[in-house]
This record gives sequence, structure tokens and C-alpha cells, in this order.
Amino acid sequence: MWEHLPLFPARASTMAGHVDALYFALVAIAAFFTFLVSALILFFAIRYRKARNPHATQIHGSTALELLWTGIPLGIVMMIFVWSAVIFFMQTRPPKGAMEVYLVGKQWMWKFQHTEGQREINELHVPAGRDVRMVMTSQDVIHSFYVPAFRIKADVLPGRYTSTWFHATTPGHYHLFCAEYCGTQHSGMIGEIVVMDPVEYDKWAASGVDGSLASAGEKSFQHYGCSMCHRADNAGRGPNLTSVFGHQVLLDDGRTITADESYIRESILNPGAKIVSGFKNIMPTFEGQLSEDEVIGLVAYIKALGNGTANLPLPVSEPNSGAYPVAPKPEGSAAKSDKTATTPEKNGAAKPAARQ
Amino acid sequence: METISHTSQAKPNYLNADYGLKSWLLTTDHKRIGILYLISISVFFVLGGFFAMLIRLELLTPAGDLVLADTYNKLFTMHGVVMIFLFLLPAIPSVFGNFLVPMMVGAKDLAFPKLNLASWYIFMIGAGFIMYSVITGGLDTGWTFYTPYSTTYSNSNVVAAALGVFITGFSSIFTGLNIIVTVHRMRAPGLTWRRLPLFIWAHYATSVIMVLGTPVLAVTIVLVALERLFHFGIFDARYGGDPLLFQHLFWFYSHPAVYIMILPAMGVISECIACFSRKRVFGYDFVAMSSIAIAVLGFLVWAHHMYVAGISTYAALIFSLLTFFVAIPSAVKVFNWTATLYKGSITFETPMLYVFAFIGLFTIGGLTGVFLAAVGIDLHVTDTYFVVAHFHYVMVGGTVTAFLAALHFWWPKMTGKMYPENFSKASALLVFIGFNLTFFPQFLLGYLGMPRRYHAYPAEFQVLNVLSTAGASILAVGFLMPMIYLAWSLQYGKDAGDNPWHAAGLEWKTSSPPPTFNFDETPTVTWEAYNYDEIDAPGGPTHNKGVEVAG
Repeated sequence: MWEHLPLFPARASTMAGHVDALYFALVAIAAFFTFLVSALILFFAIRYRKARNPHATQIHGSTALELLWTGIPLGIVMMIFVWSAVIFFMQTRPPKGAMEVYLVGKQWMWKFQHTEGQREINELHVPAGRDVRMVMTSQDVIHSFYVPAFRIKADVLPGRYTSTWFHATTPGHYHLFCAEYCGTQHSGMIGEIVVMDPVEYDKWAASGVDGSLASAGEKSFQHYGCSMCHRADNAGRGPNLTSVFGHQVLLDDGRTITADESYIRESILNPGAKIVSGFKNIMPTFEGQLSEDEVIGLVAYIKALGNGTANLPLPVSEPNSGAYPVAPKPEGSAAKSDKTATTPEKNGAAKPAARQ
Repeated sequence: METISHTSQAKPNYLNADYGLKSWLLTTDHKRIGILYLISISVFFVLGGFFAMLIRLELLTPAGDLVLADTYNKLFTMHGVVMIFLFLLPAIPSVFGNFLVPMMVGAKDLAFPKLNLASWYIFMIGAGFIMYSVITGGLDTGWTFYTPYSTTYSNSNVVAAALGVFITGFSSIFTGLNIIVTVHRMRAPGLTWRRLPLFIWAHYATSVIMVLGTPVLAVTIVLVALERLFHFGIFDARYGGDPLLFQHLFWFYSHPAVYIMILPAMGVISECIACFSRKRVFGYDFVAMSSIAIAVLGFLVWAHHMYVAGISTYAALIFSLLTFFVAIPSAVKVFNWTATLYKGSITFETPMLYVFAFIGLFTIGGLTGVFLAAVGIDLHVTDTYFVVAHFHYVMVGGTVTAFLAALHFWWPKMTGKMYPENFSKASALLVFIGFNLTFFPQFLLGYLGMPRRYHAYPAEFQVLNVLSTAGASILAVGFLMPMIYLAWSLQYGKDAGDNPWHAAGLEWKTSSPPPTFNFDETPTVTWEAYNYDEIDAPGGPTHNKGVEVAG
């Protein structure tokens, strides 16, 4: 359209059409009611001006009309609610199997890490035609990841992971904005989303990379001594991390949670928050010792352990021997044995895991 | 009553009862305190408007070239803080509520006159802290004080400003308390709840929000200051706090606060539209109850500011649903006002022009609120200029427009003088045109994706920003004109008489300006509110001519 006066944003994701459709419906409704009210006011103001209608006729009201103009707007907004809720579920539920990109926001830049190992700053290459899930955190204040062409936005918070997803449709360059005020260079915290043809993207992602994000995480896992306790042979003082990610975990207070990115992150930085059933609260905190980038590497690695694309470094006995406490299954029959099998031997030297 | 108008200036009134600065600074007369508030908030309105003009000038070009980024951030923060805490919140309740509530209920003063004076002093002390923060480094957190930016990262004077906001909150609470007690306890004989002007209903609902909501803001702001000074670890994740907790607490007050700003405006509209169409307000009960419904529902929608902030999907949906509900009472009011015009006998004095502007602009502001309630769309437009435009349609198109309607409508009562009608109509037109030109392009900018609080922006957004800045200069002229001609009218305006509009309402049954204790004799009310049929009946009102003697 007009280069200098765009009136509508580019549409470059599968979500954009859904959001725009509801938007147009709302514009139509808003225009209708604005014109209705304005036309009535104008008509009454002219028809019943004092010069033409010197004496007002007193009307106290009408319950029927009140019910009508309460009921009709209520019906309309309830329809909008349902429509928008459907879109919202699509926006917040990433499809299974989406590729993942990690993001760390900081004053005032965006740092991206691809699972293939590419790292980018203020520029994000993604393939068209694939689902992409963003796993995001902030090193300092709250930021917000906003791509108008995709019609998505999600705040990026310190101290936890948030996520959003998109399915880009059209190759091209699109704005990335920080939408949550974050200080001096807030308006400079902008970047570009480069949507590529999938074949070209695969080429791009594989070029000049010296290892995947998970392999970087594996290095940290050894470097920080995690592998001393989290052993594949279940002989460590910490749980075996094989097949943890994405599975249910039984805690020592009886709760069951699903191991997701936030759980892994919390367990690294604040290990005492959720203790796995059968283990002691002995892990030191790594808060302040790991950068967010390193935490993301570790999360990616543990995630890879979970889906079988990576292994724990130390003596690999039988992987996935059920040593990690698994939540009772609904059938219940296997629950007892699962649980009893979870208590690992707590032998081994009492010396703390070496860091550095 | 008109027959005595030429003698009203000679009568003792609240303005000539005493002279000198001391008589103003130590007054407990609700009318004088209302005037003190009017002068104070007018100064702050000019200051906030000055910040706004600098913002608009910076945004004339895509590059951040007029002021530094830090300066820009302080400008929009101070624009927000000054306009919200020092102008919009007190604008109608503390000026017109103060001035009119006792007269409308036929009382001599508010229930606690000294508390009322204290509220102005507290307001000024709080404002002093905020001004101190402006002078000593400014504030750059945005008026929303989001953590952890405000607690840990901002280099500006957050504590002084926070303290200022904390202190002004108490003036709000005092005013709210005073209005609640006055409406309950000091109504004139015969003035039953269902005979109260809708202005009173609106102020009653507002006062309930002030008293219940403001303490939460106070606590939140204190926590921000403590966290900033002593790292308590309440909001900052680095110390084990939760930044979203701040947002929940802040919006628990600050969303109802927008109803503190708009409900009194709605009360003003009801008074003016009845007077200038010579009719009872259509559906009185529904308009009154919709104020109460807004006050109650307004407390249950705060997290609609947080759809993208990281709250759960289901929490977002519940707040979305409740937000749709709160749209209904506002719609009911708009329809009832429109129906009030039907078969009226309408004249077009300046307050009525502002009423028409209000209804149109508030309708757009309210309907665009429905866009934002729809969580699927909010994800795209929140934190963009769409929100800025929506907010200004409600707060400027709504509250400021109603404030100007009130100022013109009750100016004769407050001063005994008429404002010049031609100038005021011209300025009303400028305000309407300037406002729409300023803020309508911002809806388009918002859907295009321009984030708010941007010092510099991509070049393709420039044309719409230039339109907006052009509109802002027209708007500024429209706002400055009343300040000049109203000041002029104090000296040169025609004598207004006691009731130049032939309006209903007890405030019009006393002289202009009113005597210190409002009524020479306490009125007894035997009529419904807005009894324009009796006032306009041939031969004048039958049973409420002047003021009847109580008892």
C-alpha cells in the first residue's frame, strides 16, 4: 500500500488472519453503535430543538427499553467473548512438536539461541511454514516480545520462563518491538524477524555452528559438576535426569508436577523449592553463578535427555531404568512399585559437588 | 428568583464574606476549598499539558532528536503522574463534588469541614513531593511504577514521587469519606435517595471506590519504596519476589481508579443533559444503579491489564469475561442519555455542546475498551498506541470534556458571572476537532503495532504521528481559551443571576454566589429530581418556588 502511510499491518503468520477477522467484526460493531448514537443525538437535537419543540414531553423511562439495551449489548459481548477466547486458546497453546528458540531479553537487546546452536542478537531467523515456540526470560526488567506482523505479544519476565509461539507464513523482514517499557533505550530495543524459506533456513541453521545448544549445555553440565551427582547409573545423590523433561515428577511433599522449562530452571537456581521424592535438599544453589544463557543451555540439554537425543555423560548403565520417581499412573497398580523403586542408594562420598 | 439577580452581588456570599489570603488558607467552607482545588488542579493541568506538548513535538519526527531518551521517558512519566494523580482523580470530585454535594443535598457544608481542608493540604503536600521529584532528577518509571524497573533499575527519584502519590491518596480518602457521610446523614428533609440528583449517585459510587481502593495503592507504593531502599524481596525476582504481584496490587486500585475519574463525569453529564433538554433523565433508576454496578464490577477486572504479563490462560479468560460485563452499565448510561433528548426542548449552550462531545467520544472510548477486553485482540494491541488512544478517549474525551461542561455549567453559580458564550462555543469546537485529530490516528498506529512509550519509531509511522501532533496543537488552543475568558469574566462577565439556566437542583435555589452556609433556610424537598415540567409550567413551578421553610 502507501509506503508512507500504512493503515494496516502486514500479515505474516497463521494467527494474523484470526485476529484480524475478530478485529474487523469489532470495528463493524463499534462503527454501528457509534453511528447509531451519533445519528440519534443529531436527529433529536435538530428535531427537538427549542425553536421547533418549545415544550418538552416528560418521559420517566421504559423498563422494556432498558431490558432491550441491556440485553442486546450483553448478547453481543458474550459472542465476542467466546470468539476471542477461541483465538486466545490458539495463541497460548503451542502445537506439539514446535521447534524452539530461546530468548534472553536484557536492557536493551534481544539474544536468541537456536537449538541447532546458532546465536543471534536483535535478529531472529525463522523458517516459514513451521511452528516456532519461543522460550523467553529476562536478565533484568520486564520486556515484551512483540511482532505486529504475527499479531503476538508476550511479556518476558526476570526469574521465570514465559512462552509464545507463531507459525510464519510469508518470507520477509518484520519488526520486532519491545512493548513493555524497560528504561532509557526502550525504543531502541527493536529487532528484525527474518522469515526464510524452510530449505534456506535449514542451510542457514547448519552453517558455521560448532555444536548444538544441548551440547553447549552438556559442557556446562560437566563444567559445573552437575554430572557428579546426577548420574545415569542412579548412584548419584541427585536424581538421574534421563527421561525427566516433559514427564510427571513426584515430589517429597506428595505433589506431582510436570517437568517443564520453568521447573528445570527453578531446580537449578533454587533447588530447595521442589525436592524430588526420595532425595535430600543438599544441592547448592547456582543463583548468581550461571548466566541466563548457560541456564538455557542446561535446560536444552536436560530436555534432550528427556526425549532421548542426548545422554548423560558418566557411565551409562541401562538408560531409563525407572530410577527417576514417576508419578503414580491412574491405573494405580504400578504406582506402588514405581514409588518404591524410586529411592536410590544414598551412598557415596559426602563431599559437596565441586563447582568451577 | 431571577427578579433578585441584580441585587445578588450585594448580598453577603462566600466570596465576599472575608478577604485576605488567611481567610482562604484557613477556610473550612466547602465552596472555598473547592475553589482552592480548582486553582491547584488547573496549574497541574497546564503543567501536564506542557509535558504532553513536548512529547508530541518529539514524536513529530521518527528519530529521537528533540530531547534525550531519558528526558523523553521522564516527560511521559511526569505527564501521566501529574495528569492522573494531580488532575484527573481530584478534578471533578474535589472541585465540583466539594462545591456542589452539600448544596445539592441541601446541607450547610460537608460532614467534616476540617477534614475537608486537611484533604487539600495533604493533596498539596503530596503534590509538593511529586514536584520535588520532578526538579531533582525526575521520574522515569512510567506512571505505572512497574517493578522491578522502579524498585531496582531506575536511576530517577522514585521514592520522592512514590511518597507524593502515597500522600495524595489520603486526600482522596478524606474527600470520599466526607461525601459518603454527607450523603447519608445530611440530606435535607424530604430529599429521599430516589430524589437525589444523579450527580450525587455518581459521587457516592466514586467515594466508595476512593475509600476502598486507595489504601491498596498506598500499601503497594510503600512496598515499592521499601523494596527500593531496603531490598525487601517482595517484587524483585532477584530477591525472591514476584514482579507480577506488583501488577496485581497496582491494578487492583488503578483500574477502579479510572472509574473514580469517569463516574463523576457521568454525573455531570446527567445534570447538564436534563437541564438543556428540559427533561427528567430517562430511566433515572437505571442510570443511578449503573453507577453502583460500575463501582462494584470495577473492582473485579484488574487483571485485564495483564493478559500478556504471564498470568494463566484461565485467569485471563475470567478477567476478560468480567470486563465485558462492566461494559454494560456504561452502555446503559449512554442509551439513557440519548433517550433523554427524545421529545425534549433542546438548547445548545456551551455545557450542552460538551455533553454532545462527551457522549460521542465516550462511546468510542467505551467501544474500543471492548476491543481490549477481547483477549485475542488485546494480545496484539496492548502496550501499543491503541491503548493510549482508548485511554485518552475515555479520560480526555470523557472526563476532561465533562469537567469543561461542569465548569461552564456551574461557573455562574460559583462566581455569579456569565462566561462569554461565543468564545466558549468556539473553544468547545476546537477541543472536539483537536481531540479527534490528536487521538484517532493513534488507534491506527496501535493496530499497526507502534508500541507506546517510544522515544524514536520506524519511519512508516510518521504521517499518523504528524497528524496527531497537529491535532494536539489545536487541542492546546481549545484548552487555553477557557482559562483566558473565564478569568476575564470574573471582572467583566455579565451578572449571572441565581439561576441563569432555569435549572432544577437545590444548588440553583440559593443565590449566586451562594452565602457561606449555602441556604438562608434549610430547604424541604417535595419534588423529584429534574422536575423540569414544573419549572417550565406556565406560571412557573407550583410547589417549589424558592425555598420552603423546614419544619
